[in-house]
Amino acid sequence: MATLHTVNKSPFSSNTFDDCLGLARSGSTVLLFEDGVYAATTGTSSAEAIANANGVTFAVLGPDAKARGVEGKIADGIKVVDYDGFVDLVAEHDKVHAWL
Amino acid sequence: MAKKFMYMNTKAPYGTVYALESLEVVLIGAAFEQDVSLAFIGDGVYQLVKGQDTKGIGMKNFSPTYAALGDYDVNKIYVEKESLEERGLSLDDLQHLVWEDEDEDWAEKDSIRLVNRSELADVIDDQDVVLSF
Repeated sequence: MATLHTVNKSPFSSNTFDDCLGLARSGSTVLLFEDGVYAATTGTSSAEAIANANGVTFAVLGPDAKARGVEGKIADGIKVVDYDGFVDLVAEHDKVHAWL
Repeated sequence: MAKKFMYMNTKAPYGTVYALESLEVVLIGAAFEQDVSLAFIGDGVYQLVKGQDTKGIGMKNFSPTYAALGDYDVNKIYVEKESLEERGLSLDDLQHLVWEDEDEDWAEKDSIRLVNRSELADVIDDQDVVLSF
């Protein structure tokens, strides 16, 4: 069962990102949006955790990264998607786990 | 008599309304000619990141307002060094905020003061009123 996890909270102000990473199975995808996009920025412990998460794919919602001025700081290997890409991810996975 | 007001900004912009609400209150405080300081700690430092462009999310980009604070005599903007570093950021990633000193022929001066946690604690200790957002 391929799951799409969505995380919309900053990793610095909520446990959501860490909890999600701890439970995401190989083959699943984590989409970071709203304040969740900060987790993907270079020079953070969360970006390091993403680099070390084997078998899990990561994506960032581009408009949210751009709004926050961090589009140019998204770590290598993390896919940037638009709203249509968000919909595609939902359609491609068996279910969505929306972390809050 | 003017009181020393410190506004603590602790949350990222756009995800919640706190950052925008803080700006509104800061401008009101400045209009009443109080001695206003701002501090940015934790995710609050994200409020000052330059190059914000909200066209894609349908929200108002209020980040240009920070550049106008100098015109309201709000020129003591403290940014906590530890918070920046934890987020992989440096001063270069933030807007360059300045004010003009009328006592020195309108010389342009930096508004942002990079302070460590201990220095910021001293600044907060010196305030009459502290409001957290």
